[in-house]
Amino acid sequence: MITTETIPTLNTMFRFQWEQAQNSYVLLYPEGMIQLNGPAGEILSLVDGKRSVSAIVGELETKFPDAEGIGGDVLEFLLEAQNQRWIAE
Amino acid sequence: MSSSSCNGSPSLNAVPTHGQPLWLLAELTYKCPLQCPYCANPLDFANRTTELTTAEWIKVFEEGRKLGAVQLGFSGGEPLVRQDLVTLIKEARQMGYYSNLITSGVGLNERKVGEFREAGLDHIQVSFQAADESVNNMLAGSKKAFEQKLKMAREVKAQGYPMVLNFVTHRHNIDQIDRIIELCVELEADYVELATCQYYGWAYENRENLLPTRAQLERAERITNEYRQKLEAAGNPIKLIFVTPDYYEERPKGCMNGWGQVFLTVTPDGTALPCHSAKMLPIEFPNVRDHTLDHIWNESFGFNHYRGYDWMKEPCRSCDDKEKDFGGCRCQAYMMTGDATNADPVCSKSEHHHLITDARAVAEQPLLHEEMLFRNEKNSKVFFRS
Repeated sequence: MITTETIPTLNTMFRFQWEQAQNSYVLLYPEGMIQLNGPAGEILSLVDGKRSVSAIVGELETKFPDAEGIGGDVLEFLLEAQNQRWIAE
Repeated sequence: MSSSSCNGSPSLNAVPTHGQPLWLLAELTYKCPLQCPYCANPLDFANRTTELTTAEWIKVFEEGRKLGAVQLGFSGGEPLVRQDLVTLIKEARQMGYYSNLITSGVGLNERKVGEFREAGLDHIQVSFQAADESVNNMLAGSKKAFEQKLKMAREVKAQGYPMVLNFVTHRHNIDQIDRIIELCVELEADYVELATCQYYGWAYENRENLLPTRAQLERAERITNEYRQKLEAAGNPIKLIFVTPDYYEERPKGCMNGWGQVFLTVTPDGTALPCHSAKMLPIEFPNVRDHTLDHIWNESFGFNHYRGYDWMKEPCRSCDDKEKDFGGCRCQAYMMTGDATNADPVCSKSEHHHLITDARAVAEQPLLHEEMLFRNEKNSKVFFRS
């Protein structure tokens, strides 16, 4: 179960990178690619196995001052990312 | 996505819209220690001994990356035969590719698996011929292949790679699908491709010996579904990918997601193709030694030839499904009907559909002969003499 204290890490089965040709962040896996939308990409770019969920939310709020109170959305996305096995706790 | 008209206004000879070559398949060599009778390589591969140099491959990768390619497959033949593989992996990684090594595992060892990882290889796909040692080795034409494959699959996982195991299934091994899946679970595969043989190249020559019956196929699909449920319930993340053979479909596959839409193959001698079988077509395809990949993808005759819908004849031209299946496979249409602009005979609307139903009927009969034509230099030479 992911909480604000959780420190998520990227599943090693995936590689995360910025793809200029797609103008987006992507997750790469054997013979495939998941194109991430803006918010999903911004969140996953902060998942590094060091930051907690609350630290990720804090950084996003600093980077996007208009996006206040996004904690719930971030948690919801990370739960889905966990379901998809993109990240592990 | 992209269009050939640079000033925004339509031009008279506008090229139909097409995407980026996201998938670049580098067939590094036709050399291979195995002799699988369903190999997708051309029948006359033994006559094609020219191979691109290391520097030429690196140039192809650079040009592909600029066009948006992100998945790079090292294939063959057996790509391990290339002595410069580790250099190519390193270069590809620096360019930002996700690189896939598609190998039989024969010629691999613990040291190489580690070297490739260090060089930045992302994934290794090991192909098996069967879950049973004797069937595997018979099909591979090698006595030691199976044991080596098991050892290498374990090594790939031990060194932290995502692993895909690929089994080409056909009438000789499809009834062992449960054992195949069990073996993949035991080897901790992340993805399993249960790829029913597609009948091109050597497989087309051996079709009578390979095409399963409908009952065999349905049983295999049912068992695969049962395993999917069982494995998911047990929390096993393994993904079983079951590829149905188009011979038992009534509508053709949307081959390659459309001609020249996402996929670009470069053969050992530098010929660029929209799919790895396309060399059989009576069309001139460009070579990376003569042209940039940008020109090849966007401007060349070969890549533009079957883009869009203008080339289509009936029943495809007026068909509601044409944007979904693009009339099926050009190679299959050419191979079976003699005209690549015909509908893929898999389609029940095709006047040549009986060629497919006849093959299904043959599959129901006992085999007339057990002999298969193995993919090796000796047999290949027969094809370029004739």
